[in-house]
Amino acid sequence: MTDIIPTGHRATLERAKLIRAGLGRRHLQERLFKGFGMAAIALALGFVALLFADVLTKGLPAFTQSNLRLSVTYDPEVIGVDPAPVRAAGQSDADFRAANLKWQRDVALLNWNKVVEASLRAAAPADYEIDSRQILTIAETNARHQIRDLFVADPSLLGKTVTVDVLASANADNWIKGNIDRELGDAQQQLSPAARGLIDQFKANGTISSGFSRSIFTNVDSRAAPAAAGLAGAFMGSFYMMLVVIILAVPIGVASAIYLEEFAPKSRLTDLIEVNINNLAAVPSIVFGLLGAAVFINYLHLPLSAPLVGGLVLTLMTLPTIIIATRGALQGVSPALRQAALGMGASRTQMVFHHVLPVTFPSILTATIIGVAQALGETAPLLLIGMNAFVASVPATPLDQATALPVQIYLWQANENRNFFEARTSAAILVLLGFMILLNAIAIFLRTRLEKRIREGPRNGHARRQG
Amino acid sequence: MNSFIIAGLLLVLLGVAYQIGWTKSRGPVTTNGVKVHSRPQYHGSLLAIWTLVPAVIVLGLWAYFGGDITRSFTVAQIPTDVVTSLDQMGLNGAIQRIQQIASGYGVTGELAPYEQAAGDSLRSFQLLTFLCVIAAAAAAGIGALLYARSRITPCLRARNMVEQVVTVLLLACSAIAILTTVGIVASLVTEAYRFFTFISPLDFFFGTVWNPKFSSTVAGDYGQYGLLPLLTGTLMISIIAMLVAVPVGLMAAIYLSQYAPRKVRAVVKPVIEIPAGIPTIVYGFFAPVTVGPFLRDVGGLVGLPISATSALTAGIVMGIMIIPFISSLSDDILNQVPLALRDGAFGPGATQSETIRNVLLPAALPGIVGAFLLAVSRAIGETMIVVLAAGNSPVLRGNPLEPVSTITVSIVNQLTGDTDFAGPQSLVGFALGLTLFVMTLCLNVFALYIVRRFREQYE
Repeated sequence: MTDIIPTGHRATLERAKLIRAGLGRRHLQERLFKGFGMAAIALALGFVALLFADVLTKGLPAFTQSNLRLSVTYDPEVIGVDPAPVRAAGQSDADFRAANLKWQRDVALLNWNKVVEASLRAAAPADYEIDSRQILTIAETNARHQIRDLFVADPSLLGKTVTVDVLASANADNWIKGNIDRELGDAQQQLSPAARGLIDQFKANGTISSGFSRSIFTNVDSRAAPAAAGLAGAFMGSFYMMLVVIILAVPIGVASAIYLEEFAPKSRLTDLIEVNINNLAAVPSIVFGLLGAAVFINYLHLPLSAPLVGGLVLTLMTLPTIIIATRGALQGVSPALRQAALGMGASRTQMVFHHVLPVTFPSILTATIIGVAQALGETAPLLLIGMNAFVASVPATPLDQATALPVQIYLWQANENRNFFEARTSAAILVLLGFMILLNAIAIFLRTRLEKRIREGPRNGHARRQG
Repeated sequence: MNSFIIAGLLLVLLGVAYQIGWTKSRGPVTTNGVKVHSRPQYHGSLLAIWTLVPAVIVLGLWAYFGGDITRSFTVAQIPTDVVTSLDQMGLNGAIQRIQQIASGYGVTGELAPYEQAAGDSLRSFQLLTFLCVIAAAAAAGIGALLYARSRITPCLRARNMVEQVVTVLLLACSAIAILTTVGIVASLVTEAYRFFTFISPLDFFFGTVWNPKFSSTVAGDYGQYGLLPLLTGTLMISIIAMLVAVPVGLMAAIYLSQYAPRKVRAVVKPVIEIPAGIPTIVYGFFAPVTVGPFLRDVGGLVGLPISATSALTAGIVMGIMIIPFISSLSDDILNQVPLALRDGAFGPGATQSETIRNVLLPAALPGIVGAFLLAVSRAIGETMIVVLAAGNSPVLRGNPLEPVSTITVSIVNQLTGDTDFAGPQSLVGFALGLTLFVMTLCLNVFALYIVRRFREQYE
């Protein structure tokens, strides 16, 4: 007996010793493991921070742009054109338009570059030597259209001098912002030495000033005048597509979720539909683009590049998101509410539409906004239905040619004037991300507000509703 | 303009129908005290439905046939000798001129003698048909309205009828989701079948050279359409993406669900999930502009020739995109493991990391594998990142430091802006799409099956 206790005691002591000896290693392992976890979090957060920092540092400078303030003289020597046509009595719309178009064509055929050149020379020091081709590289090529359009709008400007703000060219903007290395040799510079010198002098005497770049928001895409390229057309294209998505995806999605969750008999078929919808949510977006190209474009002959078609494709893509979220919301409604409604004699339809659906409204709204935000950023399917075409106008209807914001980013990042378009693409990304953040913020705001209202109990509206 | 008038009239008609049904159904209650089966709203709605359907059918018929009728009327206004002298395009031009005269906009140039008269009669014809159609639609609607009104009795089960209509509408909506899948499968299969009439499936699935020729080159020589270079590129990028995303995402999920204090979790979890909401084109821009040159410089320091657009660049950026996907799915799954398992391991003195590694992870493994498969299917189908960052070089090779191409990149390249699906050059996009669809479908079905099994295990 006396032998056993010490032996048992010894064994316990030895085990304790063993455990204590291993403790250091185990605690080190524990700290290491926890450290890995923290490192993973830091890495994930670091990627987010890096992405935003990168886009911000690249994109923010593009929101300021170099402008030229020129005194433009509409010299009658250069602008030799008949006066604008006046509508005669009894002239048909078509005839008047034809005459007007002819006049505008005559105006357009004039050499407006001469006017631009003269105003640039007027701003330059008196005896600055630069040839006319080089001096014209300072102003953006759309300056002549801008000056011409002023004249078309007001033909009485002939012989007068007005102050006009035009954009400096993309290359001039690069030179001023230092986007291109100033030490590079002449062969690698986009601008001639004389033009670069003149830009610096313009900068010094205040002819060139940098200001907020409105052109990004108000102009359409432009190839000939990169400094004037803007997002207005792409914005309208995206707007029409989101309109189509909201009008179609929300009612259809909510309705099918209601049917599947509340009305459909539980059978093989409904199981199949459920599996099908879950899979549809995970189908790569480009496959929806293939569907759009084959069915909407090739079979139904809907127009290419139209926001309507883009909206339809994105609707089909967004539907599963909305259906799944709405079903989740419907499942989350307390059975007490349903039973209370049915107990009071409401029919199934009344129970769903009058009692269950209003409670799920915040979740459905949030899901809708998140689905729309997803659709807003989608690019790949739009490339397959021709929305990557170059469109230099704001679409007036959903059937006109258009691009979309993400597609515009895709088009701009491929532009060969990288020094200029890297910044402009980042700016477009910032605009797109701004819209996404705005949409998500609206979703969060509405959600909290509506949930509060539902928690506080029904107000006038719901209380009076009856079957 | 016309459609606004029609929509307005239709709305007025519906309002009237609803009101009539509402009023009529209230009558019987007051007169002889019989209990009405349905509330007035349902009688109103039923009448509105009765009115709407015939009116819409009439309008729909006109929308479908109206154009042809107007056109043949216009052609009838042009003297026969003129019609016979014109070809199809000239005829269309003449019709357009007459339409412009009719709309009051006028035309340029000399008016042919018949044109003014034709324009005038077209104008009155348009006005007449417009009025006729409206009248017919209204008559159909009102007729149905009167018939339905006469059927309103206290025992009419108006509510059940309206609810039946609603149910049918709901069913129709949920059929659209099915039709989408049917549409995808049908369009992919038919177009891919047409592609396989040009190129044999063996050459496509087992070919090692991807070299499609433009349709303008020698007739009959379509080039080579081997899938393997694209498939290896896709898989290579997906593997690199998973190598980035799985350790980071899984460890982040473990830390968030097991170690992080509640307050830290509440802040960090949504921030980590931000990248999931960023459009992929943004990553696509970020990859060759920032990540690619960085990798090239790093490679230069250690003497590795990494090109700026390569499988590595695309894979790493795609991995960053997938991190939130993996971390939030794994987080959910770790939270579903019963607490009893964890406490059972803590009891004998296991440290937290030992519990996680030896108890939690093995218990959660099926679910986590399911999450990984879903992430892989996402990586395979991702398009914009690889279009911009993978380098578009469809050559069969095993070096991830060199440019590659993927299935999605080739779909975009072969189909962008091309809708004349006549040759294998564009049809191959559908064969590739079918391959992609089948691959992701298998992964998804399998992953969803595993995740579902896992959930049931602990319920």
